[in-house]
Amino acid sequence: MSGLLVEDRNIVFPGDIVAQGMDYLPSGDIVRIGDSLISTKIGLISLNNRIVKLIPLTGPYLPKRHDTVIGCVVSIGMSGWRLDIRWPFEANLGLAEGSSEFIQRNSDLSRYYGVGDYVRVEITNVASSRIIDLSAKGPGLGKLGSGRVFFVKATRVPRIIGKQGSMVGLIKEHTGCRISVGQNGVVWLSGEDPVKEELAVRAIRMIEREGHISGLTDRVQEFLKKETKI
Amino acid sequence: MAYKREDGRKNTELRPMSAQVGVIPNADGSARFQIGHTIAIAAVYGPRELHPQFLQDPMKGVLRCNYNMMAFSGSGDRVRPGPSRRSKEISLIMEKSLLPVLDLSKYAGSVVDVFVELLQTDAGTRCAAITAASMALADAGIPMKDLVTAVACGRVEDQLIVDVDYLEDSHEGGVDLPMAMSMNSDEITLLQMDGVLDSKSLKKLLEMGKEACLTIKKVQLDALKKKYGTGVVEV
Repeated sequence: MSGLLVEDRNIVFPGDIVAQGMDYLPSGDIVRIGDSLISTKIGLISLNNRIVKLIPLTGPYLPKRHDTVIGCVVSIGMSGWRLDIRWPFEANLGLAEGSSEFIQRNSDLSRYYGVGDYVRVEITNVASSRIIDLSAKGPGLGKLGSGRVFFVKATRVPRIIGKQGSMVGLIKEHTGCRISVGQNGVVWLSGEDPVKEELAVRAIRMIEREGHISGLTDRVQEFLKKETKI
Repeated sequence: MAYKREDGRKNTELRPMSAQVGVIPNADGSARFQIGHTIAIAAVYGPRELHPQFLQDPMKGVLRCNYNMMAFSGSGDRVRPGPSRRSKEISLIMEKSLLPVLDLSKYAGSVVDVFVELLQTDAGTRCAAITAASMALADAGIPMKDLVTAVACGRVEDQLIVDVDYLEDSHEGGVDLPMAMSMNSDEITLLQMDGVLDSKSLKKLLEMGKEACLTIKKVQLDALKKKYGTGVVEV
C-alpha cells in the first residue's frame, strides 16, 4: 500500500498514517517515520501538490516571527516591559520598540504601559523559547483601551478572523463592537452596549466551538441576525 | 476443573469500556476512561513554565504526571489522601510510558502537567490512567506520534487472561502484567509484572495484550472522533 491514504480536508488524529512511500512530503505537524507520513495532532489535512500539511484543531500557541499577538504587561524593568503572551515564558518589549514616539531613558515607563495593560504587539524575533522580542511600533499596534478580554484556542484564530477579516467583520457589523484578535488566542473587544458585547463574545465562542464544521459563515450570520432582531 | 472468570468473561474479553474527551473545560485537554468499574479522569495543563527552575530541561519540555486515587475510590478502607509510595511509582511509570510517543522539543524549559484522578477502582488503574492521559494529551494538542494504549493482563491458576479485575488481581499465586503500547510502532512502553511466569506464557500474554490494546485504541479514537468529528470537512 503506497500513496496518499487520506483526502484533502480529512480529520486525522495522532498516529494516523496519512501517506505511505516517498511520493509525498511532510510539513507542519506531519512527520515522516520510516516510509510513513504520520499525523502528530488532531487536525485537518491540507494538500498542496505533494506537500501534506496539517491544520491543527487544538494545541498550544507557538510564537512565530511576524505574528501579531495581544500581551498583558506583567512587569516593568529599566529597559522595557515584560509581557505575558500565553506562552510559558514572558516576552520582551524593549524601550526602543515600545512606542512610535521617542522614550527618554530613565523616564517613568508606566506612563506608556502599566502592569495589567493589554498591548497589541508584533513578534519581531524568536531566538529561543525564552527569548522573544516584541514591537508595538506599527499600524494597529499599541495599548488597547478599556474593554473586555477573553481567551480562545489559538488554533481557531484564523477561523475567527476569516478570509481577509470577513468573519470578524461580520461580528463587528452586527454588534458595533471594536474587536482585536491576537494570533495567540487573546481577544479584546469593546462596544457601547454591554448586551451587544455579550453577543459578540457568544458569536466568537460559537466559531471556536464549531470552527471545523462546514457552513460556519452562514450559521454565524444567521445567529447574529436572529439575536439582533430581539 | 479449569478456572472460570467470576463475571463470565472469556479469557481474551475486556470489560465494557467507555471514553469521553473534553470533560474538564478549564483544562487544556482532558479525558475520561472507564473500563469495568475502574474510572480514570485525566487533565492536561501546559506547556507552562516549570518551577523549581533546576528541573527545567533547556533542550525540551518536561512531562510531569500525577496519579491519585480519590479517598472514596476503593471498595474497602478510605484511601489516605496525598502522595504515597505507590502513587509516586505510578506517576513515574506514566511519564515513562507516555514520553516515547511525545515530542516536547518545541517547549524547551517548560512543563506539561498531566493529572489523573481515579474516581473508582477495580484493578487496572495504572492502565486506565495511561489510556485516559494519552487521550487528554491528544486533546491538548501536544505533538505525539501515536496514542498510547494500556491493559493489564495476567494469569489466574492456569488461565491466561486480559483485563484483570480486583478479584483476579488478588487471587493467590496469580500474575499481574500491566502493559502499554504504541500500536503504530509495535513498541511496548510499559511492562511490569507481579508473580512468576514462564517465557512461553509471557509471550502468549503479550500477544493477548496486544490484541486487547487494539480494541482499546478503537475506543480512544471513537471518543476523539465524537468530539472533533470525522471524515472530510468543507471549509
